[in-house]
Amino acid sequence: MNISIDDVTGPEVVTIDLAATDAPEAIAELAGLLEADGRVTDRDTYVKAVLAREEETGGTGMESGIAIPHAKSPAVARPSVAFGRSATGIDFGAEDGTKADLIFLIAAPEGADDVHVTLLSRLARRLIHESFRSALRAADSPEALVASIKREVQL
Amino acid sequence: MKLVAVTSCPTGIAHSEMAAEALEVAAREKGHEIEVEVQGAAGAPPLDPQVIASAAAVIFAVDAMVRDKERFEGLPAVEVRTREAIDRAAQLIDQAEAAAGQSPAQRRVSAATPIAPKTTEATGRGEKVRRWFMTGVSYMIPFVVGGGILIALGFTIGGAVEVADIQVIDEGQIQFPGDLDVGFATWLGALSFTIGVVAFGMLVPILAGFIAYAMADRPGIAPGIVGGLIAQQIGAGFLGGMVAGLLAGASVNMMKRIPVKGTLKRMMPIIVYPLIGTLIVGVVMILVVGEPITAATDRMTDWLDGMSGSNQILLGVIIGLMMAFDMGGPVNKVAYSFGILALEAGNLEVMAAVMAAGMTPPLGLALATVLRPHFYNESEKQAGEAAWIMGASFITEGAIPFAAADPLRVIPSLMVGSALTGALSFVFNATLRAPHGGIFVVGLIGNWVLYLVAIAIGTVVTALAVNALKAFHRTEAAEAVGRKEVVLGA
Repeated sequence: MNISIDDVTGPEVVTIDLAATDAPEAIAELAGLLEADGRVTDRDTYVKAVLAREEETGGTGMESGIAIPHAKSPAVARPSVAFGRSATGIDFGAEDGTKADLIFLIAAPEGADDVHVTLLSRLARRLIHESFRSALRAADSPEALVASIKREVQL
Repeated sequence: MKLVAVTSCPTGIAHSEMAAEALEVAAREKGHEIEVEVQGAAGAPPLDPQVIASAAAVIFAVDAMVRDKERFEGLPAVEVRTREAIDRAAQLIDQAEAAAGQSPAQRRVSAATPIAPKTTEATGRGEKVRRWFMTGVSYMIPFVVGGGILIALGFTIGGAVEVADIQVIDEGQIQFPGDLDVGFATWLGALSFTIGVVAFGMLVPILAGFIAYAMADRPGIAPGIVGGLIAQQIGAGFLGGMVAGLLAGASVNMMKRIPVKGTLKRMMPIIVYPLIGTLIVGVVMILVVGEPITAATDRMTDWLDGMSGSNQILLGVIIGLMMAFDMGGPVNKVAYSFGILALEAGNLEVMAAVMAAGMTPPLGLALATVLRPHFYNESEKQAGEAAWIMGASFITEGAIPFAAADPLRVIPSLMVGSALTGALSFVFNATLRAPHGGIFVVGLIGNWVLYLVAIAIGTVVTALAVNALKAFHRTEAAEAVGRKEVVLGA
């Protein structure tokens, strides 16, 4: 099967100007994009699952300024990732209090265990690399941002 | 330094993968090797047991349960949440490095409760040595399997007696069927046999080299392999090879502790470790180990010659004990040569006992892995499958991987089974008119039905004995380590 990053994300589910000011708002905002794009069937159910996980782990914020709230849920139609960039930064509970400005919301269907999940995993792995994070911070449009994700993750 | 890590999180999509990546990057930057098992949705393959055996420490970056944690038992461990691994991977690598250097009593993986096990200094050191041996064994097994099966194949194609008498490579010249005046099948068998023998020549060097590798990383390999080759040349067998490996690893580790700076520091791994390490191992193996072995071999030969007139059953027991003691080492060789000499003198019973007693060790271990598979790791199970063929072909070396991995439990068990079979061979008045071949020379065996019964009995006794000792060990370890082991051993 020919899989592409286009299957899991796209400019429609990317915003470089998040309006939200706290974590639940940010998650709801990004989940709204996923729902509008037909990737999530029931936003509320999905958001609830993500928030539950956030609570359980004390937040998914990291000291490098990224947060990757995520959940598996039956309300997810297909493996997807939405991305939001926040100008002010949002508290996602990073250990040292760093606010997250790069937020990846990952959505996986229940029991998903396929190549797309692998692709999402690879994307998560790349976030460890400073060069990728800088590229995400520098992108000036959703299209440019998706392009840099593509460059990074596509084999 | 070689490290292993396991990362896991409940969804297994993001954090476990990020932690894995962070650890890999940080380890690489610090010049360490690391292999990470991600227990996540993508289902990365589990770590190779051989990699775990050679690791100096394990990092658990986990938000969920670690699957099959008992695999890491005995390794120094650092355990954190995935987030810490992502945020502070570099520090974590330093911690693992420190843990690896700590005394064995501190921070070790326990398969049981979170309460730290009471590991004594002695068992800690024993575990470490066992891990070194396991590493050496895991690298040796492909040579045993490949070589052993090629030899058996040679016997099948060309006939056991014939192939061993033919030199396919004679003083650098390749000999073809026409040159040798033999049939094509015989020649083909001899070719397979020859390749198998070359592979077998690597058993002891590889065992020694990779025991040293487990102890001292790459600089250990060269002194270890050279030490193993010398062990081979002085006839010290695999036990000698294990000594050579330990010696090589220890001498390189000692040199690593010498504080040096600047240019000299760069020179150490390039010139000093291989030069001095190989020199030390070589000198010790030749002068300290080699000489006494030669002397002892001579004395054993004389002693065994003196036994030939005495009670035959006792002779069978002694031959059995000797055949199974070091499988190709000096003691085994004395017994085997004794059999050959007797054969040449027309006494066919001694040779029969020698071969029967040399067949039960691999056969018994093969049976043992089938009876209690959970006592053996994956590579041992593979070695067990090949051991059927090797035992049937009188290739006693098939037992070496097991004996080298756990000598104190395996060797006595093998000796019991072989002693019994050796004695029974005499009791049944079995005879043999070939110096090798196992099942392939059944036509040359007198009283072959009872002879096979003797082998079968020894095989079963060996298997039961080795599994009993392994079970006993498990129970003991369980007391020290925790409940999980009891479940495994039950």
